[in-house]
Amino acid sequence: MECPNHIIKLMHDYLDDDITPDDERELREHLQQCSACAHHFNSLKRTIAFIQHASHITPSSNFTANVMARLPKEKKMVRLGRWLKNHPFVTAASLFLALMVGSLFTTWNGEQQFSVSTRENVIIQDRTVIVPKGKVVEGDIVVRNGSIKIEGKVNGDVTVIHGEKYLASAGQVTGEIEEINQVFDWIWYNIKESVKDVMKAFE
Amino acid sequence: METFIKKRIKAIKKGDQNAYAEIVELYKDKVYRLCYRMLGNRHEAEDAAQEAFVRAYINIHTYNTNMKFSSWLYRIATNLSIDKIRKKKPSVYLDEEVSGTEGLTVYSQLPSTEASPEETLESLELQETVQKAIEKLPEKYRSVIVLKYIEDLSLQEISEILDIPIGTVKTRIHRGREALRKHLGHL
Repeated sequence: MECPNHIIKLMHDYLDDDITPDDERELREHLQQCSACAHHFNSLKRTIAFIQHASHITPSSNFTANVMARLPKEKKMVRLGRWLKNHPFVTAASLFLALMVGSLFTTWNGEQQFSVSTRENVIIQDRTVIVPKGKVVEGDIVVRNGSIKIEGKVNGDVTVIHGEKYLASAGQVTGEIEEINQVFDWIWYNIKESVKDVMKAFE
Repeated sequence: METFIKKRIKAIKKGDQNAYAEIVELYKDKVYRLCYRMLGNRHEAEDAAQEAFVRAYINIHTYNTNMKFSSWLYRIATNLSIDKIRKKKPSVYLDEEVSGTEGLTVYSQLPSTEASPEETLESLELQETVQKAIEKLPEKYRSVIVLKYIEDLSLQEISEILDIPIGTVKTRIHRGREALRKHLGHL
């Protein structure tokens, strides 16, 4: 087999799709005459076919999740930013809530004055509202920054903000009694009141 | 496609990991396949491919946008696989004698009936033979052969990925083909 070495080189050039037309003609002519080279060339082509047709295997189904788990933690700001972007409603709502709580907080701290919503049939004694025995208050009573002592009857709700309520055994309240002494109670109370207002508007 | 990747990379550089998950999803099959053909073991390949993606993420700032992102990724995966191969002990060679059978090599135990490559490859045994033959190649030939015939990349891309001149790529592919032919050409 006295084939010029460059024939093998031409075979590879051909397989690389990198052969000049002249070289290709030379290769073809040689392969037709030389069975050894033709065999060599065919076995190279078969080899390539084997490699190319090797089955295509795929990674496990949780590959991406595993990669993500191995990554270093991302910056918190990015995560927060993306989260806010993905949840515009929650973002708006929490912003609203923050402002709301802020304003409520100021009103809570700001109002230190004693006040009572009704003066009918009650006695006011140094920041304490007394509903005397035998008297009946028609409607709700709201006391701010003071206490209430009920010995008589209230036909409605009693709300005490920043104060205490004393209900005598003979006292009677037909509605709800509420005492608000904490900021959160205060917020809750405000929310309930606004909801009630809204409900009223719908009624 | 390229603009999609560029956008993702911008986001990743800002630290957005979700954008990276999309990149992983896009390239995982190719990177895994590359690692598998280089290492010849599913478990090791899975680990190497994952590590390649983690390294790419960590080093994303060194990625030069003049290069194709996939080329950069392949480069990381190839280098990582070569490192792992070097750490492994060399295994038996195909033309090594099977112990207790004088003159009989693994090579001669392989069936040699003539059939089309596709038909022949349907046998799992032969799939293994092909993989073994790839594994017998020294790393420098193995990487060019895998990039060329498994990943179907151009000589230009391979030269870029391995950072070697195109002439060297050619020489290695030629030698790799000849070496493989010795093991597979007769099948």
